[in-house]
Amino acid sequence: MSEAAAHDDHHDVQSTGLMRWLTTTNHKDIGTLYLLFSLTMFFIGGSMAMVIRLELFQPGLQFVDPQFYNSMTTMHALIMIFGAVMPAWTGFANWMIPMMIGAPDMALPRLNNWSFWILPFAFLMLLSTLFMPGGAPAGGWTMYPPLVLQTGDAFPYLIFAIHFMGASSIAGAINIIATVFNMRAPGMTLMKLPLFVWTWIITAFLLIASIPVLAGAVTMLLTDKFFGTAFFSAAGGGDPVMFQHIFWFFGHPEVYILILPAFGIVSAIIPTFARKPLFGYSSMVYATGAIAFLSFIVWAHHMFTVGMPLAGELFFMYTTVLIAVPTGVKIFNWVATMWRGSMTFETPMLFALAFVVLFTIGGFSGLMLGVTPVDFQYHDTYFVVAHFHYVLVTGAVFALMAGAYFWLPKWTGHMYNETLGKWHFWLSTISVNVLFFPQHFLGLAGMPRRIPDYAVQFSDFNMVSSIGGFVYGASQILFVVVVVKCVRGGEKATDEVWEGAQGLEWTLPSPPPFHSFTEAPDPSSITGGNR
Amino acid sequence: MNFIKKYASYAFLSLSVFPLSVFADWELNLPRGVTPFSQEIYDLHMYVLWIMCAIGLVVFGAMFYSILVHRKSRGAKAANWHHSTKVEIVWTVIPFVILIAVAVPATRSLIMMEDVGDADMTIKVTGYQWKWHYDYIGTEVDFFSTIEEKSNTARRRGSNIDPFEVEHYLRDVDNYLVVPTNKKIRFLTTAGDVIHAWWVPALGWKRDAIPGFINESWAFIKEPGVYRGQCAELCGKDHGFMPIVVRAVPEGEYIAWVEEQTQAKALASDQRNSNNLLATTRTDQ
Repeated sequence: MSEAAAHDDHHDVQSTGLMRWLTTTNHKDIGTLYLLFSLTMFFIGGSMAMVIRLELFQPGLQFVDPQFYNSMTTMHALIMIFGAVMPAWTGFANWMIPMMIGAPDMALPRLNNWSFWILPFAFLMLLSTLFMPGGAPAGGWTMYPPLVLQTGDAFPYLIFAIHFMGASSIAGAINIIATVFNMRAPGMTLMKLPLFVWTWIITAFLLIASIPVLAGAVTMLLTDKFFGTAFFSAAGGGDPVMFQHIFWFFGHPEVYILILPAFGIVSAIIPTFARKPLFGYSSMVYATGAIAFLSFIVWAHHMFTVGMPLAGELFFMYTTVLIAVPTGVKIFNWVATMWRGSMTFETPMLFALAFVVLFTIGGFSGLMLGVTPVDFQYHDTYFVVAHFHYVLVTGAVFALMAGAYFWLPKWTGHMYNETLGKWHFWLSTISVNVLFFPQHFLGLAGMPRRIPDYAVQFSDFNMVSSIGGFVYGASQILFVVVVVKCVRGGEKATDEVWEGAQGLEWTLPSPPPFHSFTEAPDPSSITGGNR
Repeated sequence: MNFIKKYASYAFLSLSVFPLSVFADWELNLPRGVTPFSQEIYDLHMYVLWIMCAIGLVVFGAMFYSILVHRKSRGAKAANWHHSTKVEIVWTVIPFVILIAVAVPATRSLIMMEDVGDADMTIKVTGYQWKWHYDYIGTEVDFFSTIEEKSNTARRRGSNIDPFEVEHYLRDVDNYLVVPTNKKIRFLTTAGDVIHAWWVPALGWKRDAIPGFINESWAFIKEPGVYRGQCAELCGKDHGFMPIVVRAVPEGEYIAWVEEQTQAKALASDQRNSNNLLATTRTDQ
């Protein structure tokens, strides 16, 4: 496709300026909106993390009061999960899925516009609670009753913000499923799809199955608070533990919603820079399916200490540790892909390799947490905090960074600055370990999570962790610099961008035309990492 | 500016006391604890941890070998294989076997933990925002246990009290939970407002205290001593400030303590009754 043709394609952009972005139905525009929104939320949620680490820098309360501290942990989690990571994956899906399957756009463009534009309102509503009487929600992102019912004026805003976020996610998921099942180029069979597309289809089904469960749970909270029901109140014949069961029936699939697309991105990057096809493509697909299935029958491992019967504790322990098998298959496949490859180490590859190592460490602590009797010690300590930040920061966020560096040249038509990218990688990787690794020790030594102040024997590791946190937070500014520089100019990117790149998106020019594929490409012409 | 000065002096201070504090403060691992259960799960924790380390060594070893050797800059030529059913079966079966090796001892420990029968005594623990209530079932003894006053003052923002100067900062209470050693103690946990969790690491477990629920757990403390813990489930603004202190004493001493508490209580109740009587008489007049 020639440069001129690419320009001609722009003729149907009808509005300019702000209206262009408000009314756009183009998958790339909407993808960009999602990614910019996610980046903004990443910094807002990150600044809350900085408040947390600042207060924990030394024992005693220096900067914030306990109630505000609890608001920070609660809002940090909600914003990072629903505002940063989930929209980032939808942004990647919007940009990449039509290009990967040989389609001109998403199947449901107006729904696409709508699912994005719900989000800014949802988060404005959530963030506005910071200024309400009684403060922002402070009962933890898990919203356990009866505590969450003590929230002040912010309570209904919290519930409706979650409903909006959920509606946005479900709409996005429907769109992705409709796109992948209806708009693949002829010859692009399911077992030829890039793994990013595969992991996203499975994620989309997880979203559709689990988000309505969350919606139900928070609606019951709402009626308990305002309409006199007693779903979760023991005094009224209800059951506070039932909320935890319903919440985690959503919550565990949710953690795979956050991580499965990361598996897809890493499965695209490692073969590219190892110049060798992905090892065990079909076992990758089946392993993802197995993880998704298991994610629905492990939920109670988040609540081993609520006092379940022995049979329940044993069941959830066995299913939980079983997830290690398909996850292990994925990690072995990535290592086997590298084995006897011809590797180079550009920034996307560095982030992908760090992902494999650090996510695996998070997996190790996850398996330890799955062992019920020992979890009676680990539960609700900093060991858990370390665990889920290893899988979500050095897992999901590192994969997002890897994906951003990998496709930035395709999106902008310019190469990013490799030196700055490497600086960003090394600063992030070193500091994130200084930040989270000591938290394992804190948890084992007995420091509970969600406390604004601690006994003095936890001082040293908290200080180390905070220093890591400040460096990690500051390093992310470097990422913004790289992105801005790359958008504004730089060395011209080729169509293929990376020497070992495989897949339909690399057959398009960089940047790609407005409507990605106006004619169906022939997938057999590419050899793909996906065979 | 003021707090910068404070940090500077703090940094200086911590440097000067560093060699002394190094062993006390850089605690890395679970405590072994003082109950058969806590010691069993310490061993289980170490067992699983070493398995994880071994797997990590093999996987990361292969990965870093590959990163060092199979790189383009060393002239490595990429192979083209992408599939091996035999290898894939092997690395599905081996983790499965390892998991069975983990699950067997874990199941044994769990069955031990859930066996709350044959207890010698029962203590009911009730969590409130933000204190604990202890009720020694079958005796007259029951009381509240709240964070100790010095910590409670020091922990307030702007108190200007250095936490390092407060003994057992945030880890001390006004009334200790006194228990006998070498007795199987059954704990019933519940709560009066929101969910709390009762946790003393030396006993080896934590258990949620949930309004409307009564959870059972047990401990058999072998060594006399003072064991500290705190609430482990977010329960509102002062969640970080509801410590737990257990003092385990030999049986004789425990019996004497119960006697003393019972008498003190009877005395207090007598006084209350006579006060009430006085009050009633006064209103009668």
